Amino acid sequence: MTVLAVAAPARTGRRFRPGVWGAALFLALIALAAVAPGLLVHGGPGDANALDALTGPSAAHPFGTDANGRDVLTRVVYGARPSLLAGLGATGLGVAAGSLLGLLAALGGRVADEVVMRFMDVVLSLPTLLLALLVLTITGPGTLNSIYAIALYTAPSYARLVRVQAMVIRRSGFVEAATSLGLTRARVISRHLLPNAFAPLFVLATMEVGLAIVAASSLSFLGLGPRPPAPEWGAMLSAGRDYFSVAWWTAVFPGLAITLTVLSVTVAGRRLQLRSEGRSA
Amino acid sequence: MSRRVVRTVLVRLGTSLLVLWGAVTAAFVALHLTPGSVVDALIGSNTVTPQVRAQIIADYGLDRPLWRQYLAYLGRILHGDLGRSYQLHESVASALGSQLAPSLQLTLVAIGLALLVSTPLALFTARRRRWVRALSSGIELVGVSIPTFWAAILLLTVFSFRLGWFPAAGATGFGGLVLPAVAVAIPVTALLTQVTREGLERVLEEPFVLTARARGMSDAGVRTRHALRHAALPAVTFAGWLFGLMLGALVPVEQIFSRPGLGQLLLTAVGGKDLPIVMGVVLFTALVYVVVSSALDVLYLVIDPRLRGAAR
Repeated sequence: MTVLAVAAPARTGRRFRPGVWGAALFLALIALAAVAPGLLVHGGPGDANALDALTGPSAAHPFGTDANGRDVLTRVVYGARPSLLAGLGATGLGVAAGSLLGLLAALGGRVADEVVMRFMDVVLSLPTLLLALLVLTITGPGTLNSIYAIALYTAPSYARLVRVQAMVIRRSGFVEAATSLGLTRARVISRHLLPNAFAPLFVLATMEVGLAIVAASSLSFLGLGPRPPAPEWGAMLSAGRDYFSVAWWTAVFPGLAITLTVLSVTVAGRRLQLRSEGRSA
Repeated sequence: MSRRVVRTVLVRLGTSLLVLWGAVTAAFVALHLTPGSVVDALIGSNTVTPQVRAQIIADYGLDRPLWRQYLAYLGRILHGDLGRSYQLHESVASALGSQLAPSLQLTLVAIGLALLVSTPLALFTARRRRWVRALSSGIELVGVSIPTFWAAILLLTVFSFRLGWFPAAGATGFGGLVLPAVAVAIPVTALLTQVTREGLERVLEEPFVLTARARGMSDAGVRTRHALRHAALPAVTFAGWLFGLMLGALVPVEQIFSRPGLGQLLLTAVGGKDLPIVMGVVLFTALVYVVVSSALDVLYLVIDPRLRGAAR
């Protein structure tokens, strides 16, 4: 997917940036929810009280309750783990696959380069969600399968980046020096090429984690990822669909969690990008 | 015009054919990678009589070697035959045809909406006071980050359920089109505004803008008459990609608003493992993408005369 590094004018000097701080704080909170949800809320995500079904936000249930009488806040907090894992997992897989393909294209000779890069062009020219749906038709729905599907369509942008990086670094002085010192090819790649290609790859991946989280939650909303009893944000919205007209809170809070997470990741990612480009330290 | 243009168009066509061929091949490979036999994949979750099963095997030539099947498959696609859906009991082409109109309508309205909002917004906010830009880019950031399906849910909850301004679901006519179109247009508008404003800000620093101002042209005149044309170039580059984004957004939006269309067709097909339909939609969108982006490449030449002049 194309990186949309837009806006964010270069400013100079160290300033207090409320946006970046807010994003960092929110991400820390989400990380805490993912690692230790029990610290933030009391009950479990499956605890239901049928008498309390579809009650609005109150002191006992700040985010209200869903159709089964489960506390929405608790479920949103417990939803952080599967939602983040899906986004991070898909990005990690995409980076790994993309790096391999990019290295293959850069170092494997002309034919490999052409074949790999044209294949990437084809993948990139298909709408991302459609590609994911094609994969899920073949593999069937499921949490892991939706992660594979997202990884498949994010891989090309990483492959392009790694290819360009590898081509530039390969011709640089220190790699030639390492080669003439008699280092094996594998060692040159692992010790010199990869670490140097890593920084821009990391920045790109940070930006794409947000998109991967949205994609994963969209797929589970469509019923192709984790199934409804799971406290995943997209699946929660999917399960609440029939009650939006009477219980707005079931529609608002899980979606707000997704949006704020993605927003925070994007703000933090742009900051990283500006830094890595050396604009405004 | 002349040679440069012809060459650009030819190169473009070559790449497009490659992309289409790749998509077709990918679909073929996908079909044969499916766990279980290809016949089962084609039948999907339906139960069929042995006669139908034999019919499918004959239709697809599944008893022949793989390369013959591939060639036959390519041949059929070239003739525009996308196969049959065994779930809908009609050909993929006719299923696509009947669902195309509502999706096209939604997409066009959304594009219009996005252009109508993003162009004035970019014109107004480019190189303005800091807080104006900060506010605008903040809104754009939210627009890009908000998942389309949640935006659709919010619109539905607020404007249909709470306020009752628009019909909730499955409505025909203009009233039912507004909310889905807004949902699809949100991320597109945000991106277009960002790209157009970046373009405008680059152009407004050019010497010819200073010249125009020195001739006594008003600020609004400079922006609309001179700068916008240049700023449109980067936006056009994005348009093909944005189109793909919109097609993806159709799937959840059509489902949430219970609208008929390609998105609904696709989602039902994914659920029922109706591979011919899914492949048909994917191939069709690949074709549309190729046509749209080729057309945009030519549009590039129309917008920017500099690209035409220098014949090499």
